[in-house]
Amino acid sequence: MKIKKNIALSDTGFVFNPASGDSFSVNPIGLEIMKLLQENKSHDVIKKHLLETYSVDKDTIEKDFYDFAKMLEQFKVTETDEKKES
Amino acid sequence: MKKLQYERPLIQRLNTGLMNKFGMKTEYTPHTHIDEVSVKSLIKEFGSPLFVISERTIRNTYKEANRAFKTRYPKVQFAWSYKTNYINAVCNVFHQEGSWAEVVSGFEYHKALNNGVPGSKIIFNGPDKSEDDLRAAINNESPIHIDHLDELYHLNELAVEMNKRPKVAIRVNMDTGVYPMWDRFGFNYENGQAWDAINKIILADKLDLVGLHSHIGTFMLSPSAYGVAASKLSDLALGIKKKYKKNILYLDMGGGFASKNTLKGSFLQGVDTNPNFDQFAESISTAILNAGFGTDELPLLVLETGRALIDDAGYLLGSVISNKRLSDGRRATILDFGVNVMFTSFWYDHKISPAQDFGNYTEDSVLYGPLCMNIDVIREHITLPPLKRNDHVVVHTVGAYNMTQWMQFIALRPAVVMIDLKNKVHLIRKRENLEYLEACEVKPDYLKSFKL
Ligand SMILES: Cc1ncc(COP(=O)(O)O)c(C=O)c1O
Repeated sequence: MKIKKNIALSDTGFVFNPASGDSFSVNPIGLEIMKLLQENKSHDVIKKHLLETYSVDKDTIEKDFYDFAKMLEQFKVTETDEKKES
Repeated sequence: MKKLQYERPLIQRLNTGLMNKFGMKTEYTPHTHIDEVSVKSLIKEFGSPLFVISERTIRNTYKEANRAFKTRYPKVQFAWSYKTNYINAVCNVFHQEGSWAEVVSGFEYHKALNNGVPGSKIIFNGPDKSEDDLRAAINNESPIHIDHLDELYHLNELAVEMNKRPKVAIRVNMDTGVYPMWDRFGFNYENGQAWDAINKIILADKLDLVGLHSHIGTFMLSPSAYGVAASKLSDLALGIKKKYKKNILYLDMGGGFASKNTLKGSFLQGVDTNPNFDQFAESISTAILNAGFGTDELPLLVLETGRALIDDAGYLLGSVISNKRLSDGRRATILDFGVNVMFTSFWYDHKISPAQDFGNYTEDSVLYGPLCMNIDVIREHITLPPLKRNDHVVVHTVGAYNMTQWMQFIALRPAVVMIDLKNKVHLIRKRENLEYLEACEVKPDYLKSFKL
């Protein structure tokens, strides 16, 4: 899963999809995850990074990461690796 | 290295140009204490969920209502509407403030007597008073508010048989310009039923007609409707004076003033828009004062205000069981209380605050209760910070009707505590247990055992 190339991410957590006109806001940890996804980091690497940085347990990260990733999909800001951007 | 504080990652769609009608900012400011007692410590000691009542808020609200009426009208008497919240500790705070009791059933009547209210200060309302109830009320000289003709005739018979002169009022229903009109209780004003009933009582000369009563509806948002009702009751009282030279001692305007809650589907917050006691008092007292009574013949104004006096003083504390994502992407939070203990969530969008500090990020959610039923929805839309399992929430303005209409369904009823004026916490109703639940059950002998 990757963030679509055209998605704009600002440092204040503002997310804009110029193709659809949709805009979103993310909290700081959400922004961090999106930036790592933009850098093509794998899910496992990102989760490991979060676990090292924040006071949180592994199960919570698993659950919340899964949920966040689903929301990114639902809001159509990501694309799967296999699928070419249309 | 010290790790950073964790907050669940969130992404939320921004709807530019649209006001977010589902959550006002104030809804998610954390509410960590009630009258200086921490929510955490209350839940730790008494469990979750937990009803909390602020004695200070009850007394302040009562004083506010009393002031609003007494500064406008010379003779005012509140009668605590038992069905709104009949936990004895709550009733007695009102009685200590000077309230009489208003009851609508036999058990409420005896609750008031047991609390120490003199019979003559218990107003007995409602369509279903048993013969035993009526006899007790007659013996104790309680004002009986007659709901229908069958009751009127029954009272006439009892008066003769008991050789007493019961004190009665009639309940009058009427058109006050608000819809729906509550015309199933009492006798109608416009079609002459009420005047008829009055004549029947006075001419039969077995009952002492002391008052006139109306209760035009509940959660009324229109003070002027009370002005109309007060004029119509005054008109009947003056008609009695003219025809029979008899003074009616009191006009009872019932209850129904809106509390600070927000009705479902209403765009504005009730706390900002609902009328206050001054507005209701102005409308009622102006109508009676201008009706044409002689100054020494002004009737006592009785008020059976329920929800507006207790709603604000009640809180429900609860905890998060789990978070889920619904198929349409909305967040759903499951709490350990549902419509079983919060009946009023069918009517109101209750204000709900997290009980712990949070960052600035919020998300739109649905709040569900723990029952295995689809209707168990506490809030369909609410904006809250990300809540995690075992976090606590505070529901506001739940003092009215929840602690009487709560269901013992799937879950047992929670404990109720009262925080006194010195911020000391008192248990005023114990958490129910299985023993309590089964105390009324009887298992026939042949069903006592089985083999599986
Ligand atoms: C006769 C009567 N009096 C008083 C009340 C209290 O009403 P509220 O809680 O709306 O003030 C009710 C409630 O429906 C009622 O039926």
